Amino acid sequence: MAQIKKANGIGDWFDQRLATKKLAKVMMTEYWIPKDINFLWAMGVVLVVMFKLLIISGIFLLMYYKPDAKLAFDSVNFTIMQEVEYGWLWRHIHAVAASFAFLVIYIHMFTAIYYGSYKNGREMIWISGMILFILFSTTAFTGYVLPWGQMSFWAAQVITNLFGGIPVVGDAVVTWIRGDFAVSDSTLTRFFMLHVFLLPLMIVFVIVIHFYSLRIPHVNNQEGADIDFDAEADKYLAGNKKESKVVPFWPVFLAKDFYVVCVTLVIFFFCVFFFYDFSLPGVNFEPANPMVTPKYIYPEWYFLWSYEVLRGFFFDIGPIKAMDIGLIAFAFANVIFVILPFLDRDPRVLPAHKRPRFKIWFWVLMFTMVILTIYGKLPPKGINNVIGFIASMTFITLFLIMPYITKKDAKGAK
Amino acid sequence: MRELKILGVVVFFTVFTYIGVNTYAYSVMKPAVAPADFQFKDLPRNDKIGDASRGAEVFMNAGCIGCHGLESQGIPAPMNDADAAASFGVVPPDLSNAGLIFDSHFLAAVIKNPAKAMLNDHKFNESNPHPMPNFYGLGGDIDQELADIVAYLQSIAPEKVSDEQVYVDACMQCHSIKYTGLMSNKDPILMAKYMGSVPPDLSMFIRSRGADYLETFINNPQKHLAGTAMPRVGLTQAAQEQVVAYIEYAGDRKKDERESLGIKVLGFMIILTILAYLWKVKIWREVH
Amino acid sequence: MAEKKSRRDFLGMAFGGFAAVGGIMSLGAMKASWDPLPSVQAAGFITVDLSPMKDGELQTIGWRGKPIFILKKTAEMKKNDNRDVVVGNEEYAVMIGLCTHLGCIPSWKPAKKIFHCACHGGDFDPSGTVLFGPPPRPLDIPPFSIDGTKLVLGEEGPEYKRLAAKAQG
Repeated sequence: MAQIKKANGIGDWFDQRLATKKLAKVMMTEYWIPKDINFLWAMGVVLVVMFKLLIISGIFLLMYYKPDAKLAFDSVNFTIMQEVEYGWLWRHIHAVAASFAFLVIYIHMFTAIYYGSYKNGREMIWISGMILFILFSTTAFTGYVLPWGQMSFWAAQVITNLFGGIPVVGDAVVTWIRGDFAVSDSTLTRFFMLHVFLLPLMIVFVIVIHFYSLRIPHVNNQEGADIDFDAEADKYLAGNKKESKVVPFWPVFLAKDFYVVCVTLVIFFFCVFFFYDFSLPGVNFEPANPMVTPKYIYPEWYFLWSYEVLRGFFFDIGPIKAMDIGLIAFAFANVIFVILPFLDRDPRVLPAHKRPRFKIWFWVLMFTMVILTIYGKLPPKGINNVIGFIASMTFITLFLIMPYITKKDAKGAK
Repeated sequence: MRELKILGVVVFFTVFTYIGVNTYAYSVMKPAVAPADFQFKDLPRNDKIGDASRGAEVFMNAGCIGCHGLESQGIPAPMNDADAAASFGVVPPDLSNAGLIFDSHFLAAVIKNPAKAMLNDHKFNESNPHPMPNFYGLGGDIDQELADIVAYLQSIAPEKVSDEQVYVDACMQCHSIKYTGLMSNKDPILMAKYMGSVPPDLSMFIRSRGADYLETFINNPQKHLAGTAMPRVGLTQAAQEQVVAYIEYAGDRKKDERESLGIKVLGFMIILTILAYLWKVKIWREVH
Repeated sequence: MAEKKSRRDFLGMAFGGFAAVGGIMSLGAMKASWDPLPSVQAAGFITVDLSPMKDGELQTIGWRGKPIFILKKTAEMKKNDNRDVVVGNEEYAVMIGLCTHLGCIPSWKPAKKIFHCACHGGDFDPSGTVLFGPPPRPLDIPPFSIDGTKLVLGEEGPEYKRLAAKAQG
């Protein structure tokens, strides 16, 4: 048993029992971050803030939301939006924070791809991050169903139907997921459970893993420089703060993060109060009607790119039906990012601007993602189908050729 | 400098995507329609000067009160709502406020030929006549008689009515707003038979359709929904604004609170951002 | 160096302090979200018309989730100036029908003209004063006001204030 002495203050009392001083050093004041970074390195902390906003607003929505196909719509649109004091605020924060979280996730993700922060010891950061992406996606989807508006209902209808593409057991799986032969009250209540309990719990768990996985390989930097963290940390602690290549997480790194968070929140709150239509689309303010499909149906913007990959294949190839090709492509699009570290055959950690072929690959990917996103929303007719198909093919090709391109870059450097 | 360049790239992709999935996509899905026409230019002009006292006589003799009430003049509707709905499919509205809320040209045109003025002639014709018969005149100059009736309705109309009253007179024949407790008193089965489907509850229309859409839609439903059974009701611009204001009250009554709180929160966040920036500069000056 | 440090601390504290102010204000919004809804508050006021009641009749109505006893007193029943509600020329006993001992609902025994609480044997007379048993005080009188022959539960009218003052005094 540890030596417990009479404490000389409340801080000391806790320190003797919980080693709080050591903890603060490990987690904050002596957790070293490279100095050569830019604001893109703050996206992790911005995401934490968004997740907090989602949880806090979610708590108040949960107090008045009624998970029942007959009551859900009015509990959201009347009770929460018009009766509860600041209920509208929680709903707007919740919806806008979901969109913002995805925007930041995408920035975070493409930052990692650009700077090569997913390989050479950082694979687990990447993989846990992609698991978080999938969990966030599922949470967003199940949450979108809860207000039981027209788009809630038809999104649930279309997405659950996707599982019908699984050979042999497809139809049974669809019924199993829905808990009914059609999307109905039982679908709503199980999605409610997933959205407010199981998925957030899993997210918190994976966030811990994600943070922990960062400790051993350390945070990357703008130039991909290999830093001797111990030596640089000693320099910093000795007072050579300007020469040292690292800064402590607290207060130096966080001071910058807080500034980025504040700027993001200014834009965020502007959207919450004045510019919310993009994440609270009008069509979902119409009550769910299983007898009428909305004229245009589309997922939330952050799913559009993978939705377009699904839709992009609109013709049969030989015996394979268009729907099955789309489903295969969709499955491909959803797992391919996870295995990215193993597609990159270049062992060096470098930013894209130091990898000539990868640089082109990266920007083509960015534009392809944006094109897929935009055409995922446009009605599937005429030239839109062709552009969607070309973009889908480009997307798939990019990942198929990635190993060759990265290998060539690596060879070229020698 | 480099950070600004990076910020430029992030902003470019974000804005480009936003314009694509919102501005552009919605312009494809919801093509722009011509602005609302409160002159009702498609209807014949009637430039006769009406006389209210003659109009009262014409009004009584033309059979209007066979179906319509005029509560403000002590003339109740001849039938109760249930019987009226059963015989006409829809309850003929009380006309006490008609002279105020409906456009005068429209009123003249709708008395003369209801289906045409309401743009329902795709639905009502000789074999399926509109429940309100055409007015063929009492023998005199029909345009003068119409102008007189309109003048009479205008003379008895109040100067001002509440938003809710305009909604009740103009919309509640068919539409309920359950979030304010205004329920259309028609049997939904009769309603569906008359209109083709049950007209939707308008509680959340301010969010599901938006004020811009409502403005052109109420003015002329055919513009957005060609072939709809919903009639053009011929509201004046002022009356239509009152209807939209009422629908906004029903579905977005916290709007003022949202906007005033928004300004305060933004002000707070901007000051906080400035403080965060100053603190960051101080901290980083030590390490750079 | 010392001066530099204090200035850094000042800015850091200003930032932290200002953020904390925002946090406290958002707590206000969170508190308001917990308040009873306007519809709930509106339902806390109900109006009862007393004119159709017959002598000796007891009426039990729900108000704010509690039973309210309204008893129209007969001439034989003892008057209680400190507790009776006079509407027109008639006297009524108006009280919350929860035993002041542990909250069970006493039942009216018309034969004996008492309220009897089966849980622990408390008895109350028609005015709600304790006759027997563990209840520490008479049945509570709910806030009310009188509007003609109608009783509005939830509003504190002058008659209620008079009775409340007597109960205290």
